[in-house]
Amino acid sequence: MTVVPNALDRRFRQAAAEACLVDVSFDVADTPVGPLLLAVTERGLCRISFDPEPDRETEQLARLFGVRVLKAPREVDRVRRELEEYFEGRRREFDLPLDLRGREGFSRAILDRLAQVPYGEVTTYKSLAVEAGNPRAARAVGTIMNRNPIPIVLPCHRVIGSSGSLVGYGGGLERKRLLLDLEAGRPALDVDYS
Amino acid sequence: MTVPPFERFYSEHRDAVFGHLVRLLGRQRAEDAFQETWLRALRGYEALQHGRYLRAWVFTIATRVAIDEGRKRRPETVAELDAEWADDRPEYAQIEHLADELPEKERAAVVLRYAYDLSYSDIGTALGSSEEAARQAASSGVRRLRRELS
Repeated sequence: MTVVPNALDRRFRQAAAEACLVDVSFDVADTPVGPLLLAVTERGLCRISFDPEPDRETEQLARLFGVRVLKAPREVDRVRRELEEYFEGRRREFDLPLDLRGREGFSRAILDRLAQVPYGEVTTYKSLAVEAGNPRAARAVGTIMNRNPIPIVLPCHRVIGSSGSLVGYGGGLERKRLLLDLEAGRPALDVDYS
Repeated sequence: MTVPPFERFYSEHRDAVFGHLVRLLGRQRAEDAFQETWLRALRGYEALQHGRYLRAWVFTIATRVAIDEGRKRRPETVAELDAEWADDRPEYAQIEHLADELPEKERAAVVLRYAYDLSYSDIGTALGSSEEAARQAASSGVRRLRRELS
């Protein structure tokens, strides 16, 4: 079997992205919270996933944004760089356009509110529900957090229970704790996510 | 059958497509043709209605790209191809350089049938014609090759 040389493979991926023939470009980045799948469209960042298994993710991305989903590492460089700065404690806000297509109505309103929760602070599921004008929807807010397409950048780790408990996190509670510790300036415990 | 994300389609077939192009064009020119093949595939990918004949489809694109390349410059003969890249299908290897001389449809049908063992139904779909038309194109291509060999 003839194998495509890596350089040729990379060249094609880059040419495809530069020719605007790709609906979604993605890559997997190594971070202190484990490998993350990062995906962008021409509109902006559309996905950060703690499940770095591309096959599962690409199916979903194809359904939402178009079938031309291609691994194109250079296209996510900006996201990768901002995340690095965040994990090094040098960045408190992300300066990335987002593509939230497919999140409409209440879900979108909650994600927009979530984006306003500042670095190093926490809010509650109930507060977000109240702010969005539906005080009885705390549970629905929990579900929306769980399905947050862009965790870390849309900081669902900053949302906790009214009692102060962490409650849950799409990426697992260990990661939620680590992110909150990072933002509070507490040294994070070494956790192996690989 | 729905069309899969392009990444999966590409990952599954890139090596085979590259091997096909190397056999048709030689290693050096196959690299340019490889990129052009997959860019063409990306241009057409959105319009695909189903994912059943993707392999045949991309092989047809690759064959057409190779034909276009061939028009620019005569391809090397099989003897000139690096032995490392020779196919494990000697019968086809003996005729592949002659296939360059065939009209485009016949060549594509011959290559897909004899080098890749695709069914006529798959070839017809890939070439945008009927199964019967694919069979006729392949068989008239082979007749023409036999005349050239004799």
